[in-house]
Amino acid sequence: MDIFANLALGFSVALSPYTLMLAVAGCFLGTIIGALPGLGPSNGVAILIPITFTLGLDATQALVLMTAVYYGAMYGGRISSILLNIPGDEPALMTTLDGYPMAKAGRAGDALVLSGVASFVGALLATIGLMLLAPMLARVAYLFGPAEYFALYLLAFCTLGGMASNNQAKAALASCIGLGIAMIGVDNNSGLPRMTGGHLHLMDGIDFLVAIVGLFAIAEVFFFIESHGKGSSIGVKLEKVRIPWRDIRETTPTMIRASGVGFVAGILPGAGASLGSFLAYMTEKSIAGPKGGFGTGVARGIAAPEAGNNSAAGGALVPMLTLGVPGSGTTAVLLALLMTLNITPGPTLFTDRPEVVWGLIASLLIANVVLLLMNVPMVKIFVRILSVPAWILLPGVTMVSFVGIYSLSGSYFDLLLMIGFGALGYVLRKLDIPTVPVILGILLGGNMENALRRAMVLSDGDATFLFSSPIAIGLWIAAVVGFIAPMFLRSVLTKPQAVTD
Amino acid sequence: MASDRIFGLVSLFVALAYIASATQIQTSFLADPVGPKAFPMLVGAVAALSSLVLILRPDPDPSWPIGRTWVSLLIAVVVLIAYAYSLKPLGFLVPTAIAAGVLSYQLSPQPRAAALTGVGLSVGLFVLFRFALGLSLFAFPKGWF
Repeated sequence: MDIFANLALGFSVALSPYTLMLAVAGCFLGTIIGALPGLGPSNGVAILIPITFTLGLDATQALVLMTAVYYGAMYGGRISSILLNIPGDEPALMTTLDGYPMAKAGRAGDALVLSGVASFVGALLATIGLMLLAPMLARVAYLFGPAEYFALYLLAFCTLGGMASNNQAKAALASCIGLGIAMIGVDNNSGLPRMTGGHLHLMDGIDFLVAIVGLFAIAEVFFFIESHGKGSSIGVKLEKVRIPWRDIRETTPTMIRASGVGFVAGILPGAGASLGSFLAYMTEKSIAGPKGGFGTGVARGIAAPEAGNNSAAGGALVPMLTLGVPGSGTTAVLLALLMTLNITPGPTLFTDRPEVVWGLIASLLIANVVLLLMNVPMVKIFVRILSVPAWILLPGVTMVSFVGIYSLSGSYFDLLLMIGFGALGYVLRKLDIPTVPVILGILLGGNMENALRRAMVLSDGDATFLFSSPIAIGLWIAAVVGFIAPMFLRSVLTKPQAVTD
Repeated sequence: MASDRIFGLVSLFVALAYIASATQIQTSFLADPVGPKAFPMLVGAVAALSSLVLILRPDPDPSWPIGRTWVSLLIAVVVLIAYAYSLKPLGFLVPTAIAAGVLSYQLSPQPRAAALTGVGLSVGLFVLFRFALGLSLFAFPKGWF
């Protein structure tokens, strides 16, 4: 059995005391990041990347730390959803629908433990799915040439734009902003500068970390200034925490179904965890029917989105690792991490650097167990951290972002760019233009152009080469459908509004 | 309505300027069939098209902040820019304390708490970064001590 041999390799990497310590620290940090309103997985991971980079960790250790933070943030997101009715991140929105009513009914402890167990089941099943599916997909990925990769990148932009936004034009514009920024700098093929305006600082392009931290973390600070830091007080008191065995037993089938739905949603390039938790919740709601009482604080309404959300987080790693195409905002950030560590995701990653891939998978399994152990008995500690007021938290986030970016290059120019991206992110989000395609554009723009140019070199300028293989044609069709279909499905796919008091 | 139209108009002009400057990109003698110009022009064209759609079919306006909040946001941006310029010449502690304090005040107008937050964050983060994480930061401007 290949998988067990590989897993053994992975655990031998991940179980070294130092790596294990990093995983535990990452889980703790991640849960806090996820729980704090205004800090989600994407901006939490984003501000930590530059710091990890300067810590001098090797590739595996850095990856273990950041994926532990990533999984931890997915766990933590539920705490503020349930207690404050404020989703700590976008996918946790669905958890508020039943979690908050349940907490108001005096069962906050039950809701937290149940959602913790559901998160565990979702993440565990997704990690197993990742182990089985990723090596297979990596083998298929060997068949991908430049034409297929170009179509694949296009698919990622189209589905992400189609799913994540309410307006196709805005999503397309966001992708173009990102791609346009990616063009700045020295052209890879000819070695001549492009779009720099003669500015020396722009010659080596705009660092995607600067853009990510600006768009996610700094823009968030502006949003909090606009709302004057409201909405960060404890809404529901947490009484004694017990383990609700009965609820857990009854919701087991729900968790397993939701994990399946979430995993598939996570794999789709560009869809991600928000879609996973949404679909899982809606599936369970329609299975339960009107008698299920969804939206009034039922156990299944908490288990489904949490299992789906965490499962999608694992599923999103499949296309990211095998094809280098991230499935969500956070995996885009993780892709940025890989690029910073000089690891090229793709099929060759599985054969060339198995210790990285399997070390990562093993540490996901470890992180998951640690998170369950940490989240059930220690939930009260995390709840206390929630009461950190915004006027301490947000300046802290800003300063950490500044130091992180400053430590990358030591130049004030990157800091100014970051502030610029923060302002841009604020305006874009105000206008309901998604910022994740911008990030994806900056990350993938260079690769996408290279794929196109290489394909054209192969075919000597014949554009029909882009549609010459069945895989490429399939991807083009999927891209067009992924972009257009949500326009018609919008009435079906409208997100339920958060419950209001 | 108006916000989307204005943004669409701005991005349309940016896209056109982008295409115009893409035509000025130098090509080298080692050209591939696509060359360095085509992809930026393609991106600019798609952006221009999306901007046109935004102008013609705008969404309803978001709720923009009112007067005082704009001032707060503007102050925050100015403080951050000043902070970016002063981090190198003035060392870490003093600019961080001031910037964090001002930001904290913008979030919640309590002068005492904001000042304490600024000083606390500045010292705390310095200890964390310098000694726990080993980043090379300077506490004070060079030559003070």
